[in-house]
Amino acid sequence: MLKYIIPLLLFIILAVFLGLGLNLKPNDIPSPFINKPAPEFTAPKLNAPEEKLTPADLKGQVWLFNVWASWCVSCRAEHPILNQFAKQYAVVIIGLNYKDEPEDAKTWLKTLGNPYNVSIMDQDGRIGIDYGVYGVPETFVIDKKGLIRYKHTGPVSADDVQKIFLPLITKLEAES
Amino acid sequence: MKPLLFILLLVISINSHAVDSRQLSDPKQQESYETLTKELRCLVCQNQTIADSNAELASDLRRQVYEMLQQGKSEQEIIRFMTYRYGEFVLYKPAFAGKTSLLWIAPVVFLFMGLMMVFFVIRRKRAAAKVQVDALEINTEKQKKVRNLLEKGELS
Repeated sequence: MLKYIIPLLLFIILAVFLGLGLNLKPNDIPSPFINKPAPEFTAPKLNAPEEKLTPADLKGQVWLFNVWASWCVSCRAEHPILNQFAKQYAVVIIGLNYKDEPEDAKTWLKTLGNPYNVSIMDQDGRIGIDYGVYGVPETFVIDKKGLIRYKHTGPVSADDVQKIFLPLITKLEAES
Repeated sequence: MKPLLFILLLVISINSHAVDSRQLSDPKQQESYETLTKELRCLVCQNQTIADSNAELASDLRRQVYEMLQQGKSEQEIIRFMTYRYGEFVLYKPAFAGKTSLLWIAPVVFLFMGLMMVFFVIRRKRAAAKVQVDALEINTEKQKKVRNLLEKGELS
């Protein structure tokens, strides 16, 4: 009897682990930034490089920080959703134009539409490193106090907007 | 000719380092640079270190390590800088803590389980062998008896 039960048990254990493995997302590395202040930067604006933007300029409002680049294919998939999001709801989206050529980035915004209140440039990827960016696109949600409250890795889908971003932004707007 | 070429290629490949040619003037810092880039994971490609990887992010992280060493930062400071941004995940040698204890303990546990298994298997095999030997001895005894009886029968 035992002779049959032991292999069966081993099989069940293995199956459970493999089953769990199917649902893991190895690319979804937990961000260590949740509930930590958004890292500082002073970066030139894409459309007006002589003007600079820092996170302190955005204190007191809830904003999205979206990392994008014209060379990034998934950003192209995400773009119409951000356009829609910005058009439908009063949401502040700041773009981080990551390791990109300013000219390419400007052309991209002209042809595909611009959901960003402001885009800033990070040509050598240093701001990206400070935010722990490892795959574009990434989207951070930052609250009124300047704390990072959520990080989304990969393209934002219409479903994510409805189920994650809108409820979270409403909740954060209600905070003082 | 062919073997000679083969040997030549082998000799050249010994000296080829990964994608990068940064040199620090201080040999100690150079050593730190090499150990650090071999202990930090490239987050885009995941199963490569930043020393191995040719990805953009890996090269940016190498630049970061290089610059921090030039500024005189210690290895600990650089590791702290990286884990602050990318989490424990970036380390190929994570610190021993609650979350990572399983990673560190599991190999020892598995080794122990393996040794136990070997021990039990050997013991069982030995016991089985002994039973067989005993059985064999009984047989020879019986054979002797039979032979004795037969011999007696022939005599009478």
